[in-house]
Amino acid sequence: MSNTMESKVEQKLQVDSREITFTDEKNLLEVIRKAGIEVPTFCYRPNLSTYGACRMCVVEIDGMGVQTSCTVKPQAGMKVSVNTEKTRKIRKMTVELLLAAHDRDCTICAKSENCDLQSLAKKLGVRDVRFPSKYGPGEHHVDIDNDNPSVVRDPGKCILCGACVRVCREIQGTECLSFVNRGSDAEVMPAYNKGLDEVDCTYCGQCTAVCPTGALRIKSDVEKVWNRIMDPKKKVVVQIAPAVRVAAGEAFGLPLGTNTLGLITASLRKIGFDAVFDTSFSADLTIMEEGTELIERLKTGENLPLFTSCCPAWVRFLEQRHPEFLKNLSSCKSPQQMFGSVAKKVLIEEFNVNKPEEEQIKKEDIVIVSIMPCTAKKAECGKEEFITDGQQDVDFVLTTQELIRMINEAGVDFKHIEPEHLDSPFAIFTGAGVIFGSTGGVAEAALRTAYEIITGKKIENVAITEARGLNTVKELTINIDGQDVKVAIVNTLSQASALLERVKKGEAEYHMVEIMACPGGCLGGAGQPPSYKDREIKEKRMKGLYDSDVNNPLHKSHDNPEIIRLYDKWLEKPSSHIAHELLHTHYKNRKRILGEIINLSSAAEGEKVTDVQVCVGNNCLAKGSYGAIDALTKLIKENGLENNVNIRATFCMEACSKGPSVVIDEEHIDGVTPEKIKAIFKEKILSKYAKS
Amino acid sequence: MTEMVKADIKKELEKAAQYVKNTGMRVLVCSGTGCVANGAFDIYDQFLKHDTDVMFKKEKKVSSIKTGCRGFCEQGVFVAVPDLDLVYVKVKPEDVPEIIEKTLQNGEIIERLLYEDPVTGQKIQKENDINFYKNQTKAALANCGNIDPESIDEYVATGGYEALDHVIKNYTPEQVCKEVEDSGLRGRGGGGFPTGKKWNFVRINEADQKYVICNADEGDPGAFMDCGIMEGDPHKLLEGMAIAAYGTGSDFGYIYVRAEYPLAVKRLRIAIEEATKRGFLGESIFGSDFSFKIKIKEGAGAFVCGEETALIASIEGDRGMPMPKPPFPANEGLFGKPTLINNVETFANVALIIKKGADWFKGFGTETSKGTKTFALTGEVNNTGLIEVPLGTKLKEIVYDIGGGIRNNKKFKAVQIGGPSGGCLTEEHLDLPLDYESLKSVGAMVGSGGLVVMNEDTCIVEVARFFLQFTQNESCGKCIPCREGTKQMLHILEKVVAGKAELKDIETLTELAEVVRLGSLCGLGKTAPNPVLSTLKYFKDEYMAHIAENRCPAGVCEAFKLIKINPDKCIGCTKCAKVCPVNAIDGKVKEKHVINQEKCIKCGACLTSCPVNAITEGN
Amino acid sequence: MVAEAKKNQEKIFEKHRKFCKVNEIVEKYKYEKQNLIAILQEVQTEYRYLPEEIMTYIATMMDISPAAVYGVATFYSQFSLDPKGKYEIKVCDGTACHVRGSMPVYNAIREKVGLQEGKFTTDDLQFTVETVRCLGACALAPVVVINGKVYSKMTADAVKIIVDELLKRSENDN
Repeated sequence: MSNTMESKVEQKLQVDSREITFTDEKNLLEVIRKAGIEVPTFCYRPNLSTYGACRMCVVEIDGMGVQTSCTVKPQAGMKVSVNTEKTRKIRKMTVELLLAAHDRDCTICAKSENCDLQSLAKKLGVRDVRFPSKYGPGEHHVDIDNDNPSVVRDPGKCILCGACVRVCREIQGTECLSFVNRGSDAEVMPAYNKGLDEVDCTYCGQCTAVCPTGALRIKSDVEKVWNRIMDPKKKVVVQIAPAVRVAAGEAFGLPLGTNTLGLITASLRKIGFDAVFDTSFSADLTIMEEGTELIERLKTGENLPLFTSCCPAWVRFLEQRHPEFLKNLSSCKSPQQMFGSVAKKVLIEEFNVNKPEEEQIKKEDIVIVSIMPCTAKKAECGKEEFITDGQQDVDFVLTTQELIRMINEAGVDFKHIEPEHLDSPFAIFTGAGVIFGSTGGVAEAALRTAYEIITGKKIENVAITEARGLNTVKELTINIDGQDVKVAIVNTLSQASALLERVKKGEAEYHMVEIMACPGGCLGGAGQPPSYKDREIKEKRMKGLYDSDVNNPLHKSHDNPEIIRLYDKWLEKPSSHIAHELLHTHYKNRKRILGEIINLSSAAEGEKVTDVQVCVGNNCLAKGSYGAIDALTKLIKENGLENNVNIRATFCMEACSKGPSVVIDEEHIDGVTPEKIKAIFKEKILSKYAKS
Repeated sequence: MTEMVKADIKKELEKAAQYVKNTGMRVLVCSGTGCVANGAFDIYDQFLKHDTDVMFKKEKKVSSIKTGCRGFCEQGVFVAVPDLDLVYVKVKPEDVPEIIEKTLQNGEIIERLLYEDPVTGQKIQKENDINFYKNQTKAALANCGNIDPESIDEYVATGGYEALDHVIKNYTPEQVCKEVEDSGLRGRGGGGFPTGKKWNFVRINEADQKYVICNADEGDPGAFMDCGIMEGDPHKLLEGMAIAAYGTGSDFGYIYVRAEYPLAVKRLRIAIEEATKRGFLGESIFGSDFSFKIKIKEGAGAFVCGEETALIASIEGDRGMPMPKPPFPANEGLFGKPTLINNVETFANVALIIKKGADWFKGFGTETSKGTKTFALTGEVNNTGLIEVPLGTKLKEIVYDIGGGIRNNKKFKAVQIGGPSGGCLTEEHLDLPLDYESLKSVGAMVGSGGLVVMNEDTCIVEVARFFLQFTQNESCGKCIPCREGTKQMLHILEKVVAGKAELKDIETLTELAEVVRLGSLCGLGKTAPNPVLSTLKYFKDEYMAHIAENRCPAGVCEAFKLIKINPDKCIGCTKCAKVCPVNAIDGKVKEKHVINQEKCIKCGACLTSCPVNAITEGN
Repeated sequence: MVAEAKKNQEKIFEKHRKFCKVNEIVEKYKYEKQNLIAILQEVQTEYRYLPEEIMTYIATMMDISPAAVYGVATFYSQFSLDPKGKYEIKVCDGTACHVRGSMPVYNAIREKVGLQEGKFTTDDLQFTVETVRCLGACALAPVVVINGKVYSKMTADAVKIIVDELLKRSENDN
């Protein structure tokens, strides 16, 4: 505390002849904004590196001329003018130039009215574009990527501000997007212009959250959900994730962080949903299972640290990039998916209890929709692991932004609607379930339960303050029954990577690690209304969630009477066979990039030719698959089989833990180290030709 | 205990002098890029083949030596024999036996191979009597063309590496920076920032690692001065860098060379290897605790990498995209460490300043622009090549005294200076002293030093379009004014040369130019409008002729060309009408034919079809 | 006979040889990101262009993102993502060459080898014709470089003769 107090020296500079105080702001732009003067920008994002490309934030500084305020350090005595003839001209021309290169179908653009380019063009009074337009009316960029469940990439709308490239690299450490080409041919795209579903994108969607235009946007499922609602046969059930309630109100002018669960519930019913539930309930369920898993692992010491598995972007990240840690991942489904499984198995039966057959809901007619702060959830619900009998456990995922759109579309007066209660059963949730929406919430909720179950003692003060706050990495140690349980809480995937590295090297040891991909956890999810401009937005959302915990009489998942009833009636006990069937999942390695195979020889094609593929994905390569290729090639040459064997190198066969992997004529062989290659060659290849 | 052999400059100098003495009669074969293209290596090989014969017969040692560029590339291949104070030009491999027999053995002069003054027709034997050389002052280029760039001894024999030895033994780093600052040397790469000051910024930054980078990404089209230095005197560059490293407290350097200069890269590699072997680079140089290593990084074809921050990004293995300054490289440069970046010519001046003193250097140039400057003189001038003159030399002296005036007795129109970042100088500037300030005052800049002379047949709008196309191509695409602005500027210029522009386009062009100049992120964008702004300033009437009068005064732009049939010559054979793809030619058999200019697409098919040459193309 | 078999073997494993070379190159540069450009340059010398799967492989070896490698490969004009012709003809379009008529020379070559608009390499992969940035031989303008050999003071007519020679040679080779 004292630390932040002492170093801040107040200094003064002048902006538009007004004296302004500053302390340690990292640039002039922040100082000017703090003084309440608007400086436009497309590319500046406070939490990303300064890029300085859009030139919109130009100011004139005495003695320094025209400068971008995002790149200049404030100095005492500076005289700064924001609006001068020169800066106005630069801004206006810049916007005009951008518009000439922009796909201007603004009226039907998903980002219409939320687009920085549109609003600045309006603000600056750009009424004419004197330059030839790159896109005529109705013309679009040829490469719109619409092939994944979460994100749409539309290069025709891109203004190359680089915010997406930076967020993907700096915050998530994923580097799926890069600038490509140069000059006026420059574009942002994944490697080789592949679709995001063909590379190792986690679908975290943060790129859409920082995009100032419609170039990267959330893929909408609104229309599909409307269709189900309008279908009288369908019973459309909806679940609301914890973080949604503290963000939705922002779109309707409510104070930041207002808990609008009742308003959302009422609105959803108005829209036409048949039953409304809260994902906080299934979050409680998650704690029961994951808490049990933690207790078990603490006991056996196996597969520690336990990694949380609620965040689908994190899970995908691990599946693609760090298969060696998959065993550490909790086998629990995420709360969204737990709700889906329970709904399609249990809820449906509870609905149908004591109902005549004609009124009973058929399994194929129930539709489960989630309202999530998250774009990766859209991908999660479509994973093959979450499809039962050909049906998705969760059918559709709408983001908070899409919820807002539906509310507006339905003409619901959100602010003034009478709040309503959730539907039964499962209407009860604890504060532990609600704080899932914030970074640290899952860990805190799990520790509350684990502590009480292991020690048998009641905790009076449930708040674990070390777990709270927006820091990207938090660590805490809790003594449970004589054992020091070490916990790390991480948000953003770049920090997750760093943590994995530390764990791998043995520099850090934990029992449990909570990881969320988005900054601040789910409350900063990409599906939420934009929050990158102001740290205060996230702080207030967080406060809203913890307040909800305080106001809830229940703080521990295992105290939730509905949960207790659920186990009693349907699931026996945590980690039971049936619980495993319904609430747990498994993980697999996933290819990082789809693409061509590297041909290494050019033997004739034909029936008698043996096809050998050696994996050179990250894992296998590290385990020596290049040596295997070398050895194999030598053997082929030595035995004069160059016309009989085709050898190729391929990327990731999704069996990383057992690598190096080789496929010989469609037969998958694991653990093919250079030492073993000779035996395998003899058995699988040489024998074939020796006979004939 | 074994002691490491420490380089001793005095012994090295003696050894080198002996080496040079042993070369006997030196036959210098210019082997710069230009002369190599003209067969210099073949000529050298020819000499090599004959050397031994000569030696035995006359008991006289003759050595042929491959040198760097002598500058007068136009006249290549150059063969010089200093002992005879003789220089041959335009030498072909087949001339070699004659040169050996007549000149080297018997001291006879071959008239045919002497330079002929284009004005007087007089044959000239001595290099310094040739106008092109007579009016130059060589410092940075002094060794180029006179020594073998692939032999370290040749450089040491000229007093090379003495300056480095001197500063290490006698100067503090602070004194080094001061001496360079006192000399008034300014960056030769374009900006003209005081070099000593820049060094000092790096020196005063405390860091565990500092870097010295030589910017050899000489990207301006029409400039090859740095190429000349690297090919002709690579050790001078290395010595300059080592002195800079000592002065700034760095122990690691990079030379970022553009990939289009393979010969320069090769010679630099040899030079680094030899200097390291001798102990002039590497660990404990001259027995001191000063160490300095140099690594070469080859560019991959991006003009923008000449910009400091883009160059740093490129060395780091990234896309060469400039970063906003501040932070300046002196504070946060390569790998985030304090970094000094100077260009080749700047470093090439350093050893001389140390050796001869700041006052000697200050003896050349003007009040604010000290020393000499190299220029690449090209275009429509009689003598093209690489030159060096004191800063402040008048444009007139360069174009007429050194350049020998305009080719084919055409009229001087303008000089484009500083490449795509520079501007045009016209007749009214012929008396302008070429220095940093005066050039800036007329909207041009020294830039890297490319001087392209244009005559009356050059369309100035086309030239502006050419430069803009260049910058537009080379824009990295990061900032909007440069990426989109230069594209739209180019579009307007294309309209002008195609005869499709309107008057209001010029207004938009001017407005765009202003925004691109003021708003762009890096130097490339900031200076990209210069060729347009300066031509608009001095040749507005030529723009207007394209727009309002529908003509190109220089007769260059295709769109304004007219194909006409001379009625006096036309015999009415109808051949032209038959070949015309758009039926633009009317006329009956044995009657005069006429071209309908509105239909004509200027394909030129009729031109070749006419048996009596009655059809001509003109303005 | 043995020699022929060996030759045949070499031909079959030509791709493997190149692949090994890629490994050597990346190893030589110590898997360092700062050497990416040099690595791509050397790899391009092997393949005459940068195949996508090889770039992915390089990224995998160096543990950097393929997107980053692709970004670098598309930034520098030296890199080609399409196979280049056997004869690489570069026409210098620096200022001096441009002023002295490099464009007519360029167009003459394109016409001679039969390149359609928008293409730089002939379909039979024999010729690639491109303009390049200043080669520093301005005094010899206009300059054309064919597979590293410099031809100075070119004109449309002179270059046609040179290209004719190449066309003949390429026909003989096939």
